[in-house]
Amino acid sequence: MRQVRVHGRGGQGVVTAAEMLARAGFLAGHEAQAIPSFGSERTGAPVVSYCRFADVPLRTREPVLAPDVVLVQDPTLLLSDRPFAGLAPGGLVIVNTTADATAVRAEAGAEEADATVLTVPAMQITMTHLGKPKPAAAMLAAYAAASDDITLDAVQQVFRERFPGAVGEANAAAAAEAFAYVRDELAEVAAAAGSEA
Amino acid sequence: MREVLEGSQAVARTVARCRPGVVCAYPISPQTHIVEALSVMARTGELAQCEYVNVESEFSAMSVSIGASAGGSRAYTATASQGLLYMAEAVYNAAGMGLPIVMTVANRAVGAPINIWNDHSDAMAMRDSGWLQLFAADNQEAADLHVIAFAAAEELGMPAMVCMDGFVLTHASDVVELPTAEQIDAFLPPYRPTQALDIQNPTTIGTMAGPESFTETKYLQHLRFLDATGVIASWSDRFREAFGREAGGLVARYDPDTLDRDRMAPPASSDDLVVVAMGSVIGTLQAALEPMRAAGIPVRLVGISSFRPFPGDALREAIGDSRHVMVIDRALELGSGGVLTGCVGRALAGTRSRLHSVVAGLGGRPILEASLQEAVRMALDGELGRLEFLDLKEGGVPTPAAGATEVAR
Repeated sequence: MRQVRVHGRGGQGVVTAAEMLARAGFLAGHEAQAIPSFGSERTGAPVVSYCRFADVPLRTREPVLAPDVVLVQDPTLLLSDRPFAGLAPGGLVIVNTTADATAVRAEAGAEEADATVLTVPAMQITMTHLGKPKPAAAMLAAYAAASDDITLDAVQQVFRERFPGAVGEANAAAAAEAFAYVRDELAEVAAAAGSEA
Repeated sequence: MREVLEGSQAVARTVARCRPGVVCAYPISPQTHIVEALSVMARTGELAQCEYVNVESEFSAMSVSIGASAGGSRAYTATASQGLLYMAEAVYNAAGMGLPIVMTVANRAVGAPINIWNDHSDAMAMRDSGWLQLFAADNQEAADLHVIAFAAAEELGMPAMVCMDGFVLTHASDVVELPTAEQIDAFLPPYRPTQALDIQNPTTIGTMAGPESFTETKYLQHLRFLDATGVIASWSDRFREAFGREAGGLVARYDPDTLDRDRMAPPASSDDLVVVAMGSVIGTLQAALEPMRAAGIPVRLVGISSFRPFPGDALREAIGDSRHVMVIDRALELGSGGVLTGCVGRALAGTRSRLHSVVAGLGGRPILEASLQEAVRMALDGELGRLEFLDLKEGGVPTPAAGATEVAR
């Protein structure tokens, strides 16, 4: 089972991100479940949502306590929302920011965390293509670039289905750019590791 | 077709395929997505030959549903929490008048303090209203139960609530396979009202009954309610045969080891602790108990699918020779214990069973697998009291683990 937690703020599509992730995971052949966490639904308030994938039907209804993957849609939550809390050893953390992984770890107080930390300027990418601060497609594409759990095609497909027309296409374009960005980032990390070795 | 759908969408689409003639509802969290989806379908024509009536309150929503049903229409509404309580007078009237309205209750706590999150106190407040109360364990069952509810309600001439945990189910997305419109058309008989107001032949439904006949009226309502267990079981059997999956029924049995739902699962034995639960916590219990069973811990799971009528006989059969029962209860009878526990206790009267009431998940507190496992261990070790509050923090409002709960925010 793979467990994902999404951090963001009300209005950024945090709940939609988990639902789209479940749909993309289902397209990739997994059983899937998305659980939103609802507060008072205020725009700008911290919001979390959860998603699980498995190869057998999912039964549990408890919130994700030990995520394998954490997506942070708003970098201003790194300090206050403790996105590294409960992260499974060797987990993946993807942060929407223009800063680098070292800065993210410092901000979150997670310098020593056993995790892969990737950053992607998902908000800039999304504003370019969509013009609205809803970076879910770019964040999920970044996740697709960094793992085999979901694919870029699946991410684009679920956004096109959910938002037919221009909005779906803009999300698909943002997803493609974020995917390419993270693949380049991973290639640089691999090259750096190779030159060190 | 298997697909990923939000629970509310799954319910709304299934209700639409049951072809209601009138949908009248007033929005309230966490029911809102259901009635929003139905209103969209009414506007686009996907919900054809249906009048969607906007009203100013839940009292009116139930009153319009009563009028529609008494006029001969298949009527549907949905509500939760204070909305259910606001319509309470009309809820009782719908049952007394024998009108087979179907209502989704997206279970939510009742204030004060105001709380939008899940527990069962709203439905429990209407437990004696004369409605069938069917509880969904997951979103597949929430959708399927609506088909069974219309069928059973209309055969009985009795209204039915389908209770699904607010947010936990209504707002979660799961892989579901909805009954198609064609399948439902083949399964659910067209609505033929046993009583319908007709302006050519004026009659009254719900007339006054004085002391000379009120007791007898209630006695007949009680006898009809006893019939309901057989009718619910029968329609659930027919549903299983038609759709190839279990839904509804009176109690849900689970395989001892796989914890899969299985009506052929053997009753519990005298060594077993039986956990009785209702609603979405059943899924969390399936996940929590499977590894305990694998480790040799003698624990069994029984789900209550029909809370009203309460299936005392079916429950006793499922509990078998066990005399040690733990009830996970999502509603509190103040000064006493869990509401469901009271019903289980009455069903087990005279069996000398040891009964624990574990009150859990009030007002949206997440029910964690580890907490349930600990309660089972304590019960088997003789350390669990008759009334326990799961994860109760002494000394004031707790600070939850990050990411663990809505109440952190």
